[in-house]
This record gives sequence, C-alpha cells and structure tokens, in this order.
Amino acid sequence: MTSRRMTGWQGETVRFRFDGRDYEGVRGDTLASALLANGVRTVAASPALGRPRGIYAAWTEEPNALVQVAAEPMLQATTVELRDGLDAHGLSGRGRLTDETDTARYDAVHAHCDVLVVGAGPAGLAAATVAAETGARVIIADDRPIAGGSLPDTAETVGGVAGAEWAAATLDALDGRPDIRVLRRTSVFGYYDDNYLVAVERRGEHAHSRERVWRIRARRVVLATGAHERPIAFAGNDRPGVMLAGSARAYANRHGVLPGDRAVVFTTNDSAYAAARDLAAAGVEIAAIVDTRATPSRGGDGVEILTGHVVTAVGGDDGVSSVTVSPSDGGAGREIEADLLLVSGGWSPLVHLFSQSGGDLRHDDGIGSFVPASARQAVEVAGAARGVFTLAGCLEDGAAAGARAAEAAGFRVEGTFEVPRTPDEDPAAPAEHLWLVPGADYSTHFVDLQRDVTVADVMRATGAGLRSVEHVKRYTTAGTAHDQGKLSGVLTSAVVGHALGLPLGDLGTTTFRAPYVPVGFATLAGRHRGALHDPVRTTSLHEWHVAYGAPFENVGQWKRPWYYPRAGEDMETAVLRECGAVRESVGAMDASTLGKIDVQGPDAAEFLDRIYTNMMSTLKVGAIRYGVMCRPDGMVFDDGTVIRLADDRFLVTTTTGNAAAVLDWMEEWLQTEWPGLRVYCTSVTEHWATVALAGPGSRDVLAGLAPGLAVDAASFPFMTWRDTEVAGLAARVCRISFSGELAYEINVNAWDGLALWEAVMGTGVVTPYGTETMHVLRAEKGYPIVGQDTDGTVTPADLGMDWVVSKKKPDFIGKRSFARADTSRPDRKHLVGLLPADPGRLLPEGAHLVETSTLPEPPVPTLGHVTSSYRSAVLGSTFALALVSGGRDRMGEVLYVPLGGEQVPVTVTSHILYDPEGARRDG
Amino acid sequence: MRDVPEHPDWLWSSPEPKRSYDVVIVGGGGHGLATAYYLAKNHGITDVAVLERGWLAGGNMARNTTIIRSNYLWDESAGIYEHALKLWEGLEDDLGYPILFSQRGVLNLAHSLQDVRDSVRRVHANRLNGVDAEWLGPDEVKEICPIVNVSPDVRYPVLGATYQPRAGIAKHDYVAWGFARAAAAMGVHLIENCEVTGVEVAGGRVQAVQTTKGRIAAGTVALSAAGHSSVVAATAGVELPVQTHPLQALVSELLEPVHPTVVMSNAVHVYVSQAHKGELVMGAGIDPYNSYRQRGAFHIIEQQMSAALELFPIFARAHVLRTWAGIVDVTPDASPVVGKTPVDGLLVNCGWGTGGFKATPGVGWCYAHTIAHGEPHPLNAPFSLERFTTGALVDEHGAAAVAH
Repeated sequence: MTSRRMTGWQGETVRFRFDGRDYEGVRGDTLASALLANGVRTVAASPALGRPRGIYAAWTEEPNALVQVAAEPMLQATTVELRDGLDAHGLSGRGRLTDETDTARYDAVHAHCDVLVVGAGPAGLAAATVAAETGARVIIADDRPIAGGSLPDTAETVGGVAGAEWAAATLDALDGRPDIRVLRRTSVFGYYDDNYLVAVERRGEHAHSRERVWRIRARRVVLATGAHERPIAFAGNDRPGVMLAGSARAYANRHGVLPGDRAVVFTTNDSAYAAARDLAAAGVEIAAIVDTRATPSRGGDGVEILTGHVVTAVGGDDGVSSVTVSPSDGGAGREIEADLLLVSGGWSPLVHLFSQSGGDLRHDDGIGSFVPASARQAVEVAGAARGVFTLAGCLEDGAAAGARAAEAAGFRVEGTFEVPRTPDEDPAAPAEHLWLVPGADYSTHFVDLQRDVTVADVMRATGAGLRSVEHVKRYTTAGTAHDQGKLSGVLTSAVVGHALGLPLGDLGTTTFRAPYVPVGFATLAGRHRGALHDPVRTTSLHEWHVAYGAPFENVGQWKRPWYYPRAGEDMETAVLRECGAVRESVGAMDASTLGKIDVQGPDAAEFLDRIYTNMMSTLKVGAIRYGVMCRPDGMVFDDGTVIRLADDRFLVTTTTGNAAAVLDWMEEWLQTEWPGLRVYCTSVTEHWATVALAGPGSRDVLAGLAPGLAVDAASFPFMTWRDTEVAGLAARVCRISFSGELAYEINVNAWDGLALWEAVMGTGVVTPYGTETMHVLRAEKGYPIVGQDTDGTVTPADLGMDWVVSKKKPDFIGKRSFARADTSRPDRKHLVGLLPADPGRLLPEGAHLVETSTLPEPPVPTLGHVTSSYRSAVLGSTFALALVSGGRDRMGEVLYVPLGGEQVPVTVTSHILYDPEGARRDG
Repeated sequence: MRDVPEHPDWLWSSPEPKRSYDVVIVGGGGHGLATAYYLAKNHGITDVAVLERGWLAGGNMARNTTIIRSNYLWDESAGIYEHALKLWEGLEDDLGYPILFSQRGVLNLAHSLQDVRDSVRRVHANRLNGVDAEWLGPDEVKEICPIVNVSPDVRYPVLGATYQPRAGIAKHDYVAWGFARAAAAMGVHLIENCEVTGVEVAGGRVQAVQTTKGRIAAGTVALSAAGHSSVVAATAGVELPVQTHPLQALVSELLEPVHPTVVMSNAVHVYVSQAHKGELVMGAGIDPYNSYRQRGAFHIIEQQMSAALELFPIFARAHVLRTWAGIVDVTPDASPVVGKTPVDGLLVNCGWGTGGFKATPGVGWCYAHTIAHGEPHPLNAPFSLERFTTGALVDEHGAAAVAH
C-alpha cells in the first residue's frame, strides 16, 4: 500500500509507470488518484510560463493534469482508469501523434428510447427508476466507472446505506429489467435536433471494440448531469496542492487518498465545510477554514475559522508550502503553513448539454450561476444540473423529472416514488459569489490554468476595448483548451464583468459546443475506414476481370476494368490492341455500372419530356432514344439512352458516376415541383448485368449465342431492343453503339452476368476491352463523356448537339436558359477535335489553348482546354477533344498548347474524326 | 498566455450610432470590416458605420478554417482571389497587426482520373493567369506532407495533387481585429449588438436602415451579411438567388507539429491544416438542407472523421475538441455576388459560400471601390447580380464546389 493511502483502504494492487518511474496503485484508482497516493504532486509544467502544475480536480473538469498514454495524446489523469502496465507521461498542454497504426476497432450503435436519462447520480437514478416503473423504455447513461455521481465523493448515506452502495444497487436493479438499458462509462457528449443525442462508451483496450458511439433518439430526455465546483482567481492559485475542495473530498472518500497532510480551506459557501470534515476524519490536518463571508453558518468542528478573509498569496515554488490569508477589507495578512489549499467558490450547474439542445440559460443570482431557463426540445433538467444542491432535493427532483418525462412520452405514473431516507442537512447559509480576490497585480491570478491565462490577461483584453466575452476568449484563449473552459469559462465572464463593472448575468457565457468531452477521431470514424470508407461496388463479372489481370479505375463508387494487359504489354499497347479488335473484329465490355432507373406510371412519358431536352413521349414501345438532361441553367447534367418498355414504363440509363444524382434529381422535381405527376422512379442498376458487344463481328457472335433472335439489320434495326434468350439466359438486347461500330448491349439478370460473359468469351473470337478503350473509341467518333468533356458550363449546342434540344416541347428543364443572351454568344466554347502537328505528340488532358505561338506575360486569355486526349490506331495519330471558344468557326486554324515553356501547335478539326458518315453502325 | 502575439494596446471603441452616415455597411464580419477599411484608406470615405448584430466578426469570420489560396479555375475567380492573395502578402504591415499569415502552401488532392484531369486543367489555367501552381505526383505529395497516406491500396488513392506554394492560413480573429482597429482609427464607427431589421427604400432609392438601435439614414447601404444576405435584401424588395446552409468545422486538441501544409480533398471531402498553436483545424462539405441556424448534423462530423483517417492514419488517436457551424450563402454558380442591386444606393456582397475568408482583403478592396464610385471595380464586375439573368455565370461548382 502506498504512502498517502488511508490506513486500511483495501484494493488489488495495480502497477503502472508515470514519466518513466514505476508506481503502484489500487484497482478503482484513476491515474490522478494513484499519483496523489504516491505523493506525486506535479504532473507537468504549464505550457507558456513553465510553472509546475498538479492535479486540480477529480473528473472531466480537470484543467491541468494532462497525460499521454502510449499513442493517445491529451488524456486527463483524472479520467484515466488505472490498469496494469499503464505507461503515462505528463504533457505541457500539447500531445503527440505517433505513426503507430491504430489497430483497435470502433463501433456505433443506434438506439431508441422513451426516456433517456443522462447521469446516474441521485437525481438521474431516481428519474430512471420512476420512468422505468411506468413501462417506458429507458436508457440511462453515466460517464463514470461506478454509479452514484457525487455519492461516492461525499460518502453520504441513502436509505441508511452508503450512497455508493445504494447507487450501485439501484443501477443494477435497473440493468436487470428488460426494457432498460444501462450504459456505464458512457459520456453523452452531443445534443442535436429532434432529441438526437450522441454518446461515447469506453469499453476498454481489450474489448471487442475499444469505444463505441451511441446514437440515441429519445422521446424525452432527463439531464441529471450534476454541477461543477467553481474556482476562485487569487494570487498563486495554480500551485500544485491547490485543489477544488469537493475534489479533495472525492480523493479521500472515493479513493482513500489523502492529497496532503495539512490543509487550508478557502470557501465562499457551506459545502467546503463538509469537505473539511471528511478530510479531517481521513487524517488530513485542517489548519484553518478561510470563509469570505462575515458570518459562518456552522462551526468548524474545532478548526479555526477565519471569517471575512481571503487567500492573498500561496507560497512554495514546487507546490503549496504556505498560504497567506488576509481580511477581505485589507489589513495584515497571516501566513499559515500548509501543503494543501482547498478552494470552493460554490457550484455551477452543468448546463452544457441543455445549452447544446438549444435551451436558453438565465443567471440565478441566488446561487450565482447560470441555470436552465426555457427549453427548446423535449427535455427535463433535474437535480444539481438545475441548481438543486441537497441530496434529498436531488432525489425528489429527479423522481419528479422522471415522472414528467415518462408521462410526456405517453406512459402513466402509478403510485408514488418513495424517496429514500437521507440524513438531515442543515439549511445552507447564503453563499457569497466571489470569483476574484482583489490584488495589486493580477499576473498569477489564473483564470485558465491550461492556457496559462491570468486575470491580468483578461484585463488587458478589456483594456483594449473588448466588451464581449467571446472576444475576450479569443483574445486571451481562455476556455479554448482541452477542457473547453469547464472551470474557466464562467470565471472569465465574471472577471470581464468585474473589469467592466457589469453584472455576470448581462455578460452571459460563451457558447457551449459539442463534444462535451473530447472524442477520438477513430471513434467517430467507426467502421468506415479502409475499404469500408465508402462502399466498393463491383459488378457480377468482377472476379473474371481480376482473374484476367485488369487494373481497375474508380468511377464513382464502382471499380471498372481499365484495360486487360497481356504478357509484356503496357497500357498503351494493350489499349491500341483492344481498339483494333473492336474496329476490325469484335470486343466486349462490362457495361453493368451504367445507372439504370425504372420510370413508370401514367405520367412517365410527360415526366421524361420535362426532364430531358428532347422528346421522349413519342418514343415507340420497343425503341430506344438517346437523351440529354440539363440543369435549369441549360448546362448538360447527364446523358444516356431511354428505352420504352410499355406505354407507361421506361428504362432510363445514366452515366456510371451520376446514377444516384440523377435519381435524386428526378425525385426532387417529382416531390417538390410536380407532385401531381403520377410517376415512380426505382434504381435498378444492380438488378442487371450488361455486356456491350461491339465491332463488325458482333452480329455473328450474337447470332451464335441467340439462335432465336433475328439479327439482320432490317429485323433488328439500330436503336431498338428485343427480349430474347442469349446463351440460354433470359436477356434484353439493345442495339445501340458508343463506338460507332455495329454493337449490342446484352442485359441479363445480374446473377447470370458471369455466365453470359463466359459464354461471350467462350466463342473464342471476342476481345475483352476496358474503359480506356471505350473512351478512345467514343472520342474518335466525337461522343462526349459528361463530366469529362463537359463541366457544368456546356450546353447541348456547345457539344454540337442542337438536334437533341426539342423546339416543339412547351417546356423542359433548362429551356428558358437557352433564350438567355449568354447561351447564344458566338464565342461560347464548342466541342472540337484537335490534331497535333506532331502526330506522335500526346497532349495532356487539362492543357489549355492560346492563340499565339509565343506566350505573353500573364494574365494570358485562354481559348479553352483539352478535355480528352488519346493515341489512335485508326487515325494514325494522336488526337484530342477540346472545348474551344468559337471552336466551330475555327476549323483548320492552328492554335497553341503551352506546355512547360513550349508552344505545341495543333489544328482545330471537327470533333467527329472517325466515320463521320456513320457507315459502320450497321456492320 | 501562450502562442499569442502582442496585440496592440487599443483595438476599437464602441460608439453609439449617429442618426445618419454617408455609408452604412450591414455586417461586421471580415468583409464588412475590410470594406470599411479600404473605403477610408483608398477613397477617404470615413463617415461610415459598420453595423453588426452580434459581436464583431463573430459570424463566418470566426468560424472558417482560415485557408487562403487563389488557385481558382476561372479567370474571373482567379482575378479577385489573386488580388486578395497579393494583399494578404502585405497585410500584416499594412494593418500593423500580427495576423499570423503563414504561406505554407496548399495541396488539393486528386483521387480519380477525372480529378487528375480537372486538377491539371486548373494548374494550366492558374499559370496562364500568373497564379503559382504545380501538379505533383504522389511521391512529391509525400515529400511536402509526409503524413498523407499515398498508398495505392486505399479506397481512393492519392493520384497526385495541385500545389500552390503561396497559399496558406492566417489567424481569422486577428485579421478581423486588424481591419477593425485600422478602420476605427480612421473614424469608422463599429457598432456591435445592432441588428438591421429593415432597409428603407423610397422612389427606388435607399434611404436608411432600421435597426435595433433605431433608424440610421445612409447615402449608400452596403450589405455584407453572408448567410443572412437574402433576408436583409428581401426587406428592400430585392430577391437574391442565394440558399443558406450550415457548414461545420472542428478542431482537435493541441498537438506537436505533424502537418506542415494545408491539404484539401474534394473527393474524400475533407480539408485540414494544423494551426499555429497546434490544433488540427478541419472542415467538410456543407450540410445539405437549408438553415439559418448555426448548427449542423452530427453524421457530417462522423463522415469527416472517416475521410480524415483515410488520408491521415496518424490522426486516429487525436480527439475532436470542439465542433461548430457557420451558415454559408450559396449562389447557383457557387460564385459571389458583389455589386449593384435594382435599388439605387443599395449594394450587395454575398454568395461567397464556403470561400469568403480567403477573399477578405480582395473583396474589401473591390467593394469599397464599388461603393465609392457607384460602379464595380473591374475585378468584381463579372460578379454582378445580372449574370443570373444574362446567363454569364462563373461556375465554380466543378472546380471548387465542396472545399473552397
């Protein structure tokens, strides 16, 4: 047993290291209590001033005692549970990230309940018990390892037993009930709209997941979050050995640790007397109680009480060695030898979550604190969190809040909750609201210990003209540290009030923001890391592509085979070979990723007429039409084919990357602008596998696989579809082409995709090709790719597709914009082709075009840019597509591409470079 | 105090408003304050009041992630942002205020082949406009920012990045205070806790503003109210094509330096730098719904963490200390509106979306010119309200829709 542990305190020994030295603590310790038990007073030096700092508080409000534990920076020693092998280092306000890979797992859980109770202190336990009795589904979340809130700190009794014992039994009883969920070591850290609260559960280093986030939607919420003891700003209030009185009481009662030998107690209120009594009983000598008030409310049990006094100095460079006390109204001070100075400036309700919920606060002059006023959400606040500071009061208040919450959630309270018996408490005498001990110079009156901010700093801010506490916070950085100003926030406001002569209530607080306690990045990322960061979508043919060694291209969430290199081939060779196969014989591509939306309903045709720029209602069943959709600004948004399945049913094809956006787009118009249209849109992308079969040999291949299908050009014309069997599989075959060659798209049930593909490959004459070859082939034909050759600033006319914009339809999305001045400018950028003067020169995609063969000083006007650029076997040259200002009027002109000091000449041509007559389409 | 520069002894005073001013600027954010400063400095116009409904620079100026860059795609955008960047480069001396401007460069990552095309296009466009820009491969990205995960095995590998070395960050509050102090010193009235509740128009001309501190007459009323622009303009009968959304950001605890530059990724939806004190400052995409409340939804933060760890595995054990939201005003083409309205004497500066901070000195300069001359400066002329009628849009969606 260690030296400062109370005699007779039992506990299993736990070994740990701190700053390279070995220590022992006991099970149930925090790192802070174990350090105190070992007589370690200084945890680290303060960041700016290098002053030694110790342990000031006992839980999440701790401003000083920051530690690094292995790879995890900036933990509070007061909240780290001691475990065997723990290896911690003190930090001066700044942590370290390490390269060590975080292999732990993190989870998230969604939970719903009728009543969420935050905090398992007396009020929270009473609220949960009452709510549970009504049959409501209750979640009670508490951030401590053991239940009871302040009960284990104060050692008060409830129902005749130790408070901690009562709390544990009460929580265990709740835990055993079917509709009650008890979350221990779980900090509710955020309160969002519609009673959505988020919490983090610390499950331990060896648990299935180290931490998990609870996303809780509650009908009603009871906040029983307790209160924080307030600090007082006085000279030397940062020395190791200065500690909140209630925290010292907690170390004695909860952990059996004496944080010092001889203490001075400095208080404005009654609560510190109980702390003094408990510490004295535990073996700490109380040298004196310094009470700012003129009349003490009670005796000091034989201890000297200095009324109307304040602490004016603290001696001891490495920690408290003496305390100078002086009368409040001036007069000679007296130095008292002590190694511990306990401070209590009263208690402030913990209103963070209430404030986050949108509730308003008001200043209660009686208790000198901000308290919840009007709520904006379905929330009750109970106990110390709303300024009820007696044990019996908290139990009663909690029970009442639990009943209100359950009733509001639709449950009936039957019978009455019998508040357990608690010891009689003397009525508390009025507290004094003292935040600041006047001094000659305020350079060691600390306001924010972690940020080393003093009263002098705050006064400098107000002296510079600042009037808002938000400005003072930002000027001084008070309240911005790891503890987010749990203790320093309101103290700063109070000092500003003192400096400006304004009441605290007029100044208010800075905003309380989530998270209430710091939460790990990895915790919040949960499972959404690595491959699960964003779902990987693969087609039913994926394994085949992998087996054939295809590299993949990310297109939206999809993995698409890019090309299929054979032994010894690089990408360029492989792509030229694949292109040659399609142009000369037959190739096949996995086109399953194209978005497919089933659009049906009596108004489906009318709907598509409004969505697309061209007419869809005139499409005949059995036929296919290419269409373009624009945004209201008239710019191309997506394109693809539409096939008509029935009078009231269409299948819309979108680009791979835009499928979800197009469906959202359709729904937005249907739901917000045209609710009268009877149309239903369903994504069917993944229902189908699609194999594109392209090249002059495709008809023969299809005929072989689909003996029942008449494939001649007359029976199966371009832009029609047929239901048939291909390779024995039910299939829909569309005769469309994105390469300019005779081509088909064979669609089968996704389950049958691989069988179809293998049958196609089994013919032995079909070359698989990837997205790169598809890109080259379509570019040779001048077919744009939306998103590559367009960028949201390109009209159909800019693409040379006037024909796709209906002149007959009364309206469609984008129509009005085509009448705007800017859409008819002659110098708009047009899609054109480019042929480099050097046929071997491949232009970089994204390169710009200028008019002159020498580059002037910037800014140089650009004429446009290269959108697509490839090598072409059939053209015997490299070529590019580009958007060029007035491009269609520049045919034959030579323009220049500035590339690293060189002006590369190119000739402007039509964007259709291959088979402009369309002769190859029918094979 | 730590890592806090020596502020000047005096910042600004808090006068009561006069009954009338030559110019009333609605909104005491960075733009409003910069505009007031350049009005006084460049044009000698000092009978100016800046009206702020809350505390000075407490809106988006206090809430942004402080990234400064000028590597925009379109000539019009590059013009005004590059003008701003040049002003940033001399701003500390000009204002006599330590604004902690740090030109640590910005990397805009590319994660798909289309990202690469768009990025290369932007680099070429920047160079033609005299904006410093480089295209870097993954290894070069790693050299500049060693903690970026450039492994090809991640979900969206880093295929490269654009790099603007002159880009960087500055301390937002100090920038605002520097402008405020300098403007106040030249006689501009900075009036806090003074909400404009209406704009008074008669005969097609602006007359005054109604405020929570009474009526204030003005020759010119210049709106600079960011997310609330459309609300204020509506009181003058002017409809702005602006949608307002929450935009969230967050910081970690203070950490020893690990991140030497600024990294932005549109595809993975995150942008991050490490501020002077040591905290990681991060932002993500906007909350999709419209709102005037300065709060967002939590799942956006969760997604942001997932994205951050994809790019920076070293951040795994860092902690989120504080989250917050601003409200951003977004136009149909994701570019701002700076110029005249149909009401004589009523000018508007809005629509900066997620990109307003970096433009602060540039827009202040141009807006002041517009106020002083009654006609736009050539750099803000393209950003007229009329363009939504003519169609002459400056569409930055493709280039900068998510992460400005």
